[in-house]
Amino acid sequence: MDKSFVIRHTVEAHPDLSIPDPHQDAFVRTTLGFWMYLMTDCLIFASLFITYAVLHHETFGGPSSRELFELKLPFAETMALLLSSVSCGFAILASLKNKKNKIIGWLIVAFLFGAAFVGMELHEFNGLLQQGHSWRKSAFLSSFFTLVGTHGLHVSIGLLWMLVMMAQVFRNGVTLFTFRRLVIFGMFWHFLDLVWIFIFTFVYLIGVL
Amino acid sequence: MNSEPNLNEIKKEYHGTLRSYIQGFIASLLLTLASFALVITRVISGHFLIYTIVALGLIQAAVQLRFFLKLGHEDHPRWETLVFGFMLFVLLLIAICSLWIMKNLNDRLM
Repeated sequence: MDKSFVIRHTVEAHPDLSIPDPHQDAFVRTTLGFWMYLMTDCLIFASLFITYAVLHHETFGGPSSRELFELKLPFAETMALLLSSVSCGFAILASLKNKKNKIIGWLIVAFLFGAAFVGMELHEFNGLLQQGHSWRKSAFLSSFFTLVGTHGLHVSIGLLWMLVMMAQVFRNGVTLFTFRRLVIFGMFWHFLDLVWIFIFTFVYLIGVL
Repeated sequence: MNSEPNLNEIKKEYHGTLRSYIQGFIASLLLTLASFALVITRVISGHFLIYTIVALGLIQAAVQLRFFLKLGHEDHPRWETLVFGFMLFVLLLIAICSLWIMKNLNDRLM
């Protein structure tokens, strides 16, 4: 084709291709795109938090948060998720040095802490249901189960993703693709820990006051 | 695009270090312990206690954004910080306006 028919839609920020442009490669495009997804997810959690704040006192004659919540379990959950988040960070640091066994080791540690978190949350939900305090009881309990359950569902999906990452790192080692996926998985996992700060602060700590 | 960098160049775009993770971890740990300790011991009470816990939570969120999610550390132009700022704007708009409307409605119906 004649060169004059080719329309260039993009303006090259760095026409000199020998200089690497930090914002054009697939890695940065992927992490930025994933970051945007996390920000929209943040808005979902924000709306659930607002729903909880509005419905917090609408107990319909049932138990209030002060009667239901205690702090031991949330504290253990907080520690488990924080340790899991940091272990995941250590796995990514190990991937910078191409240490395959170390990555898988730290991912296993992160997985066990994450699984402990989900286990404790299920234990708590089961306890509430056994006592008859299900989400059908009141608007307060509906909003509580929706908010904390959505977070728990995110963590459970994260655990599944972590298993897939372990398998990929085990099979392929650290490549362009597994490294990129590890980094975005790390963003996801740290983000869930960030959301949990607001859950333990607004739901549990303020709930027992 | 034929200027796709290789793995070693990509790794330089990752800004996390052992130091940042350990700093973030210790700060988060102390802030969490402080929040729980304040609520369990009730050294302070009432609205002041609530404001203090919320402040500790917000500080911890900022610490984790800075040390774990590396916000504000990316190369210029800082798209991630920009997107975060816009999200925060939308979030505050939704939060403040919803709470305002629902409280107003509640007051009028009572």
